[in-house]
Amino acid sequence: MSDLQTIDVSLGPQHPSTHGVFRMNVTLDGETITRLQPVFGYLHRNHEKIAEGNSWLAAMPYTDRLDYICPLTNNWAYALAVEKLAGIEVAERAEFLRVITAELTRLQNHVAFLGFILGDMGAWGTALMYAFREREKILDLFESLTGARMMCNYMRFGGCRCDLPPGWLDATRKLVDGFPAFLDEMEALLNGNEILLARLQGVAPLSAARAINGGLSGPVLRASGVDYDIRKADGYGIYSRFKFRVPRGVVGDCFDRFMLRVLEARESVEILKQAIAGIPDGPVVNPKAKQRGLRPPAGEAYGRIEGPKGELGFYLISDGGDKPFRFRIRPPSLINLTLLEELCLGTKLADVMVILGSIDIVLGEVDR
Amino acid sequence: MTGTLEAIRAAMPSAGVELVNNPSPCGQHSLRVERKDALAVAEFLRDRLGYDFCSNVSGVDWPTRKVKETNTKKEVVDGVEKEVKTTTERDVPGFLEVVYHLYSISENSGPLTLRVRTGDREADVSVPSLTPVWKSADFQEREAFDLFGIRFDGHPDLRRILMWDEFADFPMRKDYVPPDDFEYEPTPHDEILAKVKARTEAA
Repeated sequence: MSDLQTIDVSLGPQHPSTHGVFRMNVTLDGETITRLQPVFGYLHRNHEKIAEGNSWLAAMPYTDRLDYICPLTNNWAYALAVEKLAGIEVAERAEFLRVITAELTRLQNHVAFLGFILGDMGAWGTALMYAFREREKILDLFESLTGARMMCNYMRFGGCRCDLPPGWLDATRKLVDGFPAFLDEMEALLNGNEILLARLQGVAPLSAARAINGGLSGPVLRASGVDYDIRKADGYGIYSRFKFRVPRGVVGDCFDRFMLRVLEARESVEILKQAIAGIPDGPVVNPKAKQRGLRPPAGEAYGRIEGPKGELGFYLISDGGDKPFRFRIRPPSLINLTLLEELCLGTKLADVMVILGSIDIVLGEVDR
Repeated sequence: MTGTLEAIRAAMPSAGVELVNNPSPCGQHSLRVERKDALAVAEFLRDRLGYDFCSNVSGVDWPTRKVKETNTKKEVVDGVEKEVKTTTERDVPGFLEVVYHLYSISENSGPLTLRVRTGDREADVSVPSLTPVWKSADFQEREAFDLFGIRFDGHPDLRRILMWDEFADFPMRKDYVPPDDFEYEPTPHDEILAKVKARTEAA
């Protein structure tokens, strides 16, 4: 009897709410999900193989294309892994530049997330435009610093590619100081909204133990109440010098995942204020660090950072040559989808888009 | 790392575990585990040593290497004793390897690098799946199967993940040769084109 009731639906790959070319084969009993199989690979170009055929430096611009919303944190993760592998020191000013650009990236990612998830819920337009208005200001800063809005290619081994243009720090300070007001505006617009609460609260809760075992990382992990932020745990770069809090959720439902981004953006503002106040003068790249023709000694290293979407890691093996022997990316977007079926089972079809939106994926990174 | 190794050896004296030295300045040494013991060691690491977070699963292809060996022998040539050098080439057989990077969220430690090797690159390419221990290995082991051709015994759903199901090769292997035309598929035009070509050549 139940066989007559269930229907199979292919959600995607072309679907406005799948954030790219991502497909889910869903079995429905009425409107309830009884099975969900994600299908990947529509954007696969084997990034890892391409990187293994090029020099160490040539992989840097290509990392921009992973999670194309957050190019600067991708750059940092790769630079960090190579620096670990080859034992390269990072210039002091560059450490501050990295923190500033990475936290700006986190701000604009979380802001874009707020717009996207509202779009997933059917509030198409208004919230996204509010969010993108603010994101655009940050992208303008990226453009004046690196020459590109999204394909920044800014970090280098041992530092950054170029110093700040004149007036950049003042413009950033102004943006950062005005940012909490925008977050207040956004929260006032959204958080009291009954429809938003009804669509998010209690949808797809996730326990802490399950989230850890499923390898979730970043905001999705912390929304389940796990106090784990790689900026605190590893203290990579100079994060151990800054004072900031790590927000945590309680029940790990979609609302916790949503609110966590807002709270994290507020903490990023705090880090940015401290970093802008403390940035020293000096070179932006370690003059001893070799860029072109780098040949790290034979060995391997795993370097990871707290990206806006979760733990972004690079596992590199060098055989002493001018190309990576093995170049592996640990993509947070893909691994955060591990528990997607578990989260969606028993929910309604319309909730799938909200759950997927609350995980926050970018297909450039899922498929690589 | 040596403490972890001793703890494993104390709890499981028969387990085949050895330390693999990493010459890189980062000093991330790793533990190599025999295939038969991998699942038991993984469970021990998770339940007893607190490695609750399996961060990264990576396939590595180590192709067959040629190693040159030079031997010096004393021989009598034309009544005079000389040192004669002979160079022999020896093949070091290749294998595939799975590398797991483990972290402990409860103890805030890591990474612990765990390596499991297959027997060779062609026939004996199975390793036990660690997905029953850490669910996060699910998609990543599928990826290693897809791109490297490593078979994971006990994986709940071992299918290709990034390449399409009909794809036959393993693109991340070092000896993979990409096709000239990725999008080639036979069409009726081929016949017509062949006819035209034959006619123009005859004329």
